[in-house]
Amino acid sequence: MGKIVLEGVEKHFGNVKVISNVSLTVEDGAFVVFVGPSGCGKSTLLRLIAGLEDVTSGKIYIDGVNVVDLPPAKRGLSMVFQSYALYPHMSVRGNIGFGLKMAGMPKEEIRTRVDAAAATLNLTPYLERKPRMLSGGQRQRVAIGRAIVREPKGFLFDEPLSNLDAALRVNMRIEIARLQKSLATTAIYVTHDQVEAMTMADKIVVLNAGSVEQVGSPLELYERPDNLFVAGFIGSPKMNLITGATAEPYGAATIGIRPEHLAVAGDGDGWAGTISVAEHLGSDTFLYVEVPGVGLLTARTQGEVAFHAGERVMLHPDPARLHRFDKSGLAIRN
Amino acid sequence: MAATVNTRKLARTMLMPAVIILFIWMIVPLLLTIWYSFQNYNLINPVNAGFAGWSNYKYFLTDPAFFQAFANTLILTLSVLAITVIGGILLGLLLDQFIYGQGIVRILVISPFFIMPTVAALVWKNMLMNPNYGIFAWIATRLGFAPVAWLETFPLLSIILIVAWQWLPFATLILLTALQSLDEEQKEAAGMDGANFASLFVYITLPHLARAITVVILIETIFLLSVFAEILVTTSGGPGYASTNIAYLIYHQALLDYDVGGASAGGVVAVILANIVAIFLVRLVGKNLDA
Ligand SMILES: Nc1ncnc2c1ncn2[C@@H]1O[C@H](COP(=O)(O)OP(=O)(O)OP(=O)(O)O)[C@@H](O)[C@H]1O
Ligand SMILES: [Mg+2]
Repeated sequence: MGKIVLEGVEKHFGNVKVISNVSLTVEDGAFVVFVGPSGCGKSTLLRLIAGLEDVTSGKIYIDGVNVVDLPPAKRGLSMVFQSYALYPHMSVRGNIGFGLKMAGMPKEEIRTRVDAAAATLNLTPYLERKPRMLSGGQRQRVAIGRAIVREPKGFLFDEPLSNLDAALRVNMRIEIARLQKSLATTAIYVTHDQVEAMTMADKIVVLNAGSVEQVGSPLELYERPDNLFVAGFIGSPKMNLITGATAEPYGAATIGIRPEHLAVAGDGDGWAGTISVAEHLGSDTFLYVEVPGVGLLTARTQGEVAFHAGERVMLHPDPARLHRFDKSGLAIRN
Repeated sequence: MAATVNTRKLARTMLMPAVIILFIWMIVPLLLTIWYSFQNYNLINPVNAGFAGWSNYKYFLTDPAFFQAFANTLILTLSVLAITVIGGILLGLLLDQFIYGQGIVRILVISPFFIMPTVAALVWKNMLMNPNYGIFAWIATRLGFAPVAWLETFPLLSIILIVAWQWLPFATLILLTALQSLDEEQKEAAGMDGANFASLFVYITLPHLARAITVVILIETIFLLSVFAEILVTTSGGPGYASTNIAYLIYHQALLDYDVGGASAGGVVAVILANIVAIFLVRLVGKNLDA
């Protein structure tokens, strides 16, 4: 249970339009990630679904019921905030059980449910502590515990990992994804980190300036970006985008080639250029190659390669992996 | 290390004069009061002088006026605390909501705090509570009731109202600031957890305010135990001793009865009582300040 459908949702703050005409279907049990640059309206869209903001127009259906006039508590969703928003004067047990207490559940049942949630999240030893006596990762887990204990129709996450350090972020990312799969509860997850988006999502929604640019599975977005924005936003390092005379022979205003689809060789055909920087990561090598008339291109080669800064190389794009875009930035498909 | 030890020594030496002056400032009056409290020292009876033993204390503590003054002091302090804390929370919640004219409303709410106690009390006595030309009397007659002589009929209640009016802004200001520091996301999280307005207040807002309430109670108590000017200019402690508190009783003995020894004994008793109250308060609410 937990199918969320948005129909023509708009949100204005005064006369600033922050969300324009978003329509979207989140299937029951799916893990959907909203990505987009800062300020594009990801949090706002999530808060509209949660009921923390009122829609200006449009409809939001949860399991077929239009919820736009329902208060947050009645929508059956739970939210994990970026700041965690734990209640500082309550113990971990109190924090996790607060929603159940508000729902008027008997004490005994709250106890068993909180114990179960704490066990899932490895929080059992900390149940009687106050939030300020916990580490960042533990606080994060309490916030998640508070969300799962109510067995909601859906989880809403607003950049839940952005306050954690890199290593913990990877762990929590895996933990959240695993938890969501085992509970089979619908989840909407907001992030501006595309690695999180690519690794966790069943479906990614790319937002830009308040509207949806493309919806699809991570690989769909990677392989078939609908437009220049998605092409540039998804993938790391970024796709090389080349305009002008180089693109013309392909019948496009812009062509795009991902760094991993540029073959690098000492000679042969392709674009000739000079390596300006070589980043050796061990597993990969990133080469930044200055190609006269084309610009600075990024190439990614697997493993350690023998190329170094200052050397001349030939870059050969894989024609099957080349993306073509027209003047308005839309992908040209044949 | 040597440097720190030296700095510390230097710091102590430099602090010394201030500490010594403050200490003298405090200890000399205290010692003098204690000294006088054991003397027969009455300005209208200079013949009867010399060591009095505990008689001043006996006299002060067995005076029926003392018990009434003691009770009045407690009633006054507790009532004003209750009114200002509850009223301050309500006003704070209200001011936290307003959007238009917020600045002006806030200044209006804060302003009583800047009015001197004597002036405030005189304004209440003459403009509001006077049974002949006060505003309350005017309202009462307009509504068809007989005007009430507030200061004569309800002397202690009148004093409580005046003092509460003066301290309400202070409580409001502190509590409003605390309310505004409550994290918005916490309220939203509670909203998503299904908390309605009442549970939000009980479980989220009130615990958040605990520390601010403690500060208000501690600071106000210090001043409320020694309310004096308001009583002097309105009821003069009367009728009888109906609105006399301990501070006023001491004044009464020293400057109306000219009994310096008795007043000094009263002063020492007041100091002891204030300390007992302080210890209670710190035990009771001070733990809120640790966290
Ligand atoms: N209460 C508000 N009043 C006016 N404008 C707002 C309000 N809240 C958000 N905005 C604007 O709406 C836009 C989208 O904000 P939002 O918080 O949804 O961005 P975001 O995509 O979550 O960004 P980030 O990744 O930085 O969190 C921003 O330009 C922001 O300035
Ligand atoms: Mg955001």
